[in-house]
Amino acid sequence: MVETGHFALVLAFALSVVQTLVPLFGARMNNQKMMAVGGPVAVTGFALTALSFAALAMAYATSDFSVANVWDNSHSLQPLIYKITGTWGNHEGSMLLWVLILTFFGGLVAAFGSNLPATLRANVLAVQGAIGATFFLFILATSNPFARLNPAPIEGRDLNPILQDLGLAIHPPLLYLGYVGFSICFSFSVAALIEGRIDASWARWVRPWTLVAWMFLTGGIAMGSYWAYYELGWGGFWFWDPVENASFMPWLAGTALLHSAIVMEKRSALKIWTLLLAILTFSLSLLGTFLVRSGVLTSVHAFATDPTRGVFILCILTLFIGGSLALFAFRASSLTAGGLFHPISREGALVLNNLFLTTATATVLIGTLYPLAVEAVSADKISVGAPFFNLTFGPLMVPLLVAVPFGPLLAWKRGDIFAVAQRLMAAFAAALLAVLVTALFIDGASVFAALGVGLAFWLICGALTDIAVKSGFGSVAPGIIFRRFAGLPRSVFGTALAHLGLGLTTLGIVGTLCFGTEKILSMHAGETVQLSGHTLRFEGLYPAQGPNYSEDRGRFALLGADGSTTAVITSSKRSYPVRQMTTTESGIKTIGFSQLYLSLGDEGTDGSVVVRLWWKPLVTLIWGGSLVMMAGAAVSLMDRRLRVGAPSRRRKSAGAVPSASLP
Amino acid sequence: MTRKQKRLSVIAGGLAFLGAATGLTFYALGQKASYFYMPADLTSASLQPGQRIRLGGLVEKGTIERGQGATVAFSVTDNQKQVKVTYTGILPDLFREEQGVITEGTFRQDGVFVADSVLAKHDENYMPKEVADGLKSKGVWQESKK
Repeated sequence: MVETGHFALVLAFALSVVQTLVPLFGARMNNQKMMAVGGPVAVTGFALTALSFAALAMAYATSDFSVANVWDNSHSLQPLIYKITGTWGNHEGSMLLWVLILTFFGGLVAAFGSNLPATLRANVLAVQGAIGATFFLFILATSNPFARLNPAPIEGRDLNPILQDLGLAIHPPLLYLGYVGFSICFSFSVAALIEGRIDASWARWVRPWTLVAWMFLTGGIAMGSYWAYYELGWGGFWFWDPVENASFMPWLAGTALLHSAIVMEKRSALKIWTLLLAILTFSLSLLGTFLVRSGVLTSVHAFATDPTRGVFILCILTLFIGGSLALFAFRASSLTAGGLFHPISREGALVLNNLFLTTATATVLIGTLYPLAVEAVSADKISVGAPFFNLTFGPLMVPLLVAVPFGPLLAWKRGDIFAVAQRLMAAFAAALLAVLVTALFIDGASVFAALGVGLAFWLICGALTDIAVKSGFGSVAPGIIFRRFAGLPRSVFGTALAHLGLGLTTLGIVGTLCFGTEKILSMHAGETVQLSGHTLRFEGLYPAQGPNYSEDRGRFALLGADGSTTAVITSSKRSYPVRQMTTTESGIKTIGFSQLYLSLGDEGTDGSVVVRLWWKPLVTLIWGGSLVMMAGAAVSLMDRRLRVGAPSRRRKSAGAVPSASLP
Repeated sequence: MTRKQKRLSVIAGGLAFLGAATGLTFYALGQKASYFYMPADLTSASLQPGQRIRLGGLVEKGTIERGQGATVAFSVTDNQKQVKVTYTGILPDLFREEQGVITEGTFRQDGVFVADSVLAKHDENYMPKEVADGLKSKGVWQESKK
């Protein structure tokens, strides 16, 4: 089985080379047969990669320690779920997941792209094949997951205990679906550059792909953030760690792409910019892969460091980023510019969005790469952390968030800012009320906190206003409002939901950062502690045994007003004997949208234990908001307009039926 | 305004915005980037009072003292010099004697380093990369530790 997997991977590599060359030359020579090769080859390539991945997953599930990769990252006592997720909890396996998703998307284009112009389809598959070929080569040459050990060891070395969590089942696949999803936008852009033209079908195709990739990336980042929040026991949801930034940069650029693609689709303006942005977004995904996988950065994500791998990925990075940008420089002038618009218009608002988002991406990029650059040219080692990003990223985001509710209400081509401002009066009043209530009743000490809450309410009410105005609220009869509301395009709901989610996330961040409280103390069993109106009693430490670890569980009782126990929260120190590692499992109690978070520290000599407690108001909204944003993308994808060529396919099949029914 | 003037003003606005963002970024890099030092580097480094730095090295054997509540004191050494560090909070799971550690914070008047965060990276060798490189350059690190 393992050799089958290896063999399938080699075949998939060979096919990806075919997928690159044959359709590419076919498109150049306008040879239909050669162009038609791309589709079946892409689908077969996906099937082979899936087989290869299944073989590795099988080796993990059955604890086949004769495979070096399994031996290094698995243990027979692990629960089955962690055995399987361990498949991608290591460098080799995660790269295999990467190409699996890449070929999956390539296969989707092949399967559902029958209504694309033949040359565009051929070129897209060729570029997709080229990306695949380099990564297959990378895996086969430097990171073979199927290498055998002889003699086979009896027991494995266990998966890194931090990764033995449900988060590993969700975070990497979602993140990769996002990262790699942008490869389709990239391939479409490069294909358009090769052909030297962009037509209407280009924009209609790229926008849904951007939406899909963006939706998954949003989910992947949010899940990673929540995982780090509960697993590391530090109580933070975002650390501005370079590895986090590596996923955040494609998200910011992808968000910009999402918005510029709207302008391109609706108004056929910003063509060249959209194309460049698609290239940059995937380039940032590749950069992220490089930063995380090469071992340039030390983090929990850098599984093993091997300099040849870093150099190899750097070569891939240079090839694709350099190649596509060079192609862009040569060909961009041949693309025609689109429609004109007034600065104050929907297009103008979306350009403003792009200006802020790309600048924000650039600041994150500088903050992430600057320490590497400094270390390369001098002996100094520096770190750039939260203070830098708070000073640069923060000021860029605030005006953008203030502007968000205006965008969807402005008319295309030439908008009336005063009319829009008038429609937003109710939202503004609600935001102002939120500021006053916060300042007067909750915390008058911090002006920023109150303004932050106001900003969040501004976004939320702005999104609701968008829907209300578009269904004619306040200007037509109630019956018509409902009909209009039901008849609104899905993409309008998508936009409003995404902006609403952004408001919720903002509210969560402001709530946690500005109104959160924290206590560190050492506690004896039986002692109680108060935090933001909650009383907790430490019940003591109890030893317990897990499948492949032993732990000390600290039990805490949450006391009600009458002194009775309303809930029990446990936080534990786990020790994994195989890797000789200790991890902290935090104890979390969700109350409304807020959470009480506690984590155990060291045991003192007198039987006391250091405990760190946080009260995190509205913290769940940070991730809940991301889910709402994802829902927005999903609703937008269901828009009739985006079911690419749905009417044309029906027409084609309608034409095909009579001919098929002929004897 | 003519169309040309309008376009120029839009471009000028965009450039001014980018200029401001660039300026802010470089100002922030100058102000907010924290440098990494090992104890022996500190004598040659000119630190401003209250400047945030990252101090890395090994946790010196036998120096961990648990004080009142959650306050811990220990010495960070690079086998040439040592610096006394205090920290209030929960130490990372991988914090132990003679293992690599990175602390971040500022120096107090009396020369004690007050850390507000302590990192012991989740590396198989319990050795943060900066510390390993620093120790290698000081010739007190053997690759055979792995």
